Amino acid sequence: MDQELRRTPFYDHHVAAGARIVPFAGFGMPVQYSGVQEEHLATRSACGLFDVSHMGEVRVRGPKAEDALMWLLSNAIRRLAVGQAQYNAMCTPEGGVVDDVFVYREGAEDFLVCVNAANRAKDFQWMIDNNPEGAEIIDEGDQWAQLAIQGPKAVEVVRALAPAEVPDLGRHRFVRGPFAGIDGCLIARTGYTGEDGFEVFLPAATAVPAWSAILEAGAPHGLLPVGLGARDTLRLEAGNCLYGHELDATTSPLAAGLGWITKVKKPGGFIGCDAIVARRDAGAERVLVGFRVDGKRIARQGMAVLVGGTAVGEVTSGTRGPSVGVAVGMAYVDRAHAEIGTELTIDVRGREATAHVVKMPFV
Amino acid sequence: MNIPSDLQYTDHDEWIRVEGTTLTVGVSDFAQDQLGEIVHVELPEVGSTLAAGDAACEVESVKAVAEVYTPVSGTVVAVNEALEDEPEKVNEDPYGAWLFRIETTDTLSGTLDATAYAAKVG
Repeated sequence: MDQELRRTPFYDHHVAAGARIVPFAGFGMPVQYSGVQEEHLATRSACGLFDVSHMGEVRVRGPKAEDALMWLLSNAIRRLAVGQAQYNAMCTPEGGVVDDVFVYREGAEDFLVCVNAANRAKDFQWMIDNNPEGAEIIDEGDQWAQLAIQGPKAVEVVRALAPAEVPDLGRHRFVRGPFAGIDGCLIARTGYTGEDGFEVFLPAATAVPAWSAILEAGAPHGLLPVGLGARDTLRLEAGNCLYGHELDATTSPLAAGLGWITKVKKPGGFIGCDAIVARRDAGAERVLVGFRVDGKRIARQGMAVLVGGTAVGEVTSGTRGPSVGVAVGMAYVDRAHAEIGTELTIDVRGREATAHVVKMPFV
Repeated sequence: MNIPSDLQYTDHDEWIRVEGTTLTVGVSDFAQDQLGEIVHVELPEVGSTLAAGDAACEVESVKAVAEVYTPVSGTVVAVNEALEDEPEKVNEDPYGAWLFRIETTDTLSGTLDATAYAAKVG
């Protein structure tokens, strides 16, 4: 029997707007409103509003919070200033990825970790189970709603809705304050679309009016509500990994191109660090590449990548990119075939499509 | 939901127009709505021989791909090449944007009329 789908605080607004609702990570989420391509292009040219309240939040605090996160996560948490956010991988002892997360440092001993919707329960348990320092770890997933406002006009949209310093926030900086009339928000200059923009955590209990207020403030700037469909095409064009596609318990963050957040030399190491280094040094791992398909066929997750008739990899994500206008995607391929310009063949349901390795992002 | 009464429909949401021994096949309004924006149509080759139930072509949207099956055995005698450049016509006009025509000696069977199809997808 189907389990009842959870709803975000903005669910009724999505239904009223005519969104198509699909199950995603246990939530009924809007996959599209007016259409994936229109929403995608509006985000690139103007602004999009995304309900991402299904994402999870975990509070880590106390005197041991920093040490606990240094051990749990791959990036240099200690270098994170209060009011700064940082991308991290949470890894297994075997060097695979439990999840990719964003960490917001709210105080010397206070962090908010934003985790993928599908991994909420798993991540929380993982953090509890791997907390030798004894930090306080609290699941705040149900306390927060989350909206993303993304696109070149996002800064103009938030100007009317947020404290005066918000439009001047640097990339990956955040403040606490009221947003769209809702008190106690966390407003960050972060995003997943490859555009400038903001992600706002709002107290779930009081968040509902923010949706209409943002739509109203955004209307003169061309803001549209955007569903999960365009969120995926936007992140793919931007070359951003998605857990369950480019990242999972078998993929090393280095193979996924996340060396920039994987500080293998940090003092004390982190869970999975030794295995990640060993896997890198063995040199046998497939690496993530971006590709562009010649012709009009679309490569999808799971399709085989061939060179000279031999399987050399597998597609992890693929779509027709509305901004690039062609079929693009990402694939893990043997290192020998990862150079920019390498010709690949992709088995698209029994028919061969030619593709070339290209640099990411695609836009 | 637009379901013209002069067409036949399949369980896979194809529509079929029967004109003598030639059948024209497309996807229904319901199917295009479910798929979302169509970005690519992979048509069969004119002259290819298909058996009833074969996947004749593919209709691909941003998020998904659907195979379109031929309801009868026969030879593909025409394809709607305009869709190669304008696949969105399948969304805009699903009953005008036919996919392929097949010449057959089979008698069409097992399809639904508009009333039955409306009951299925309604």
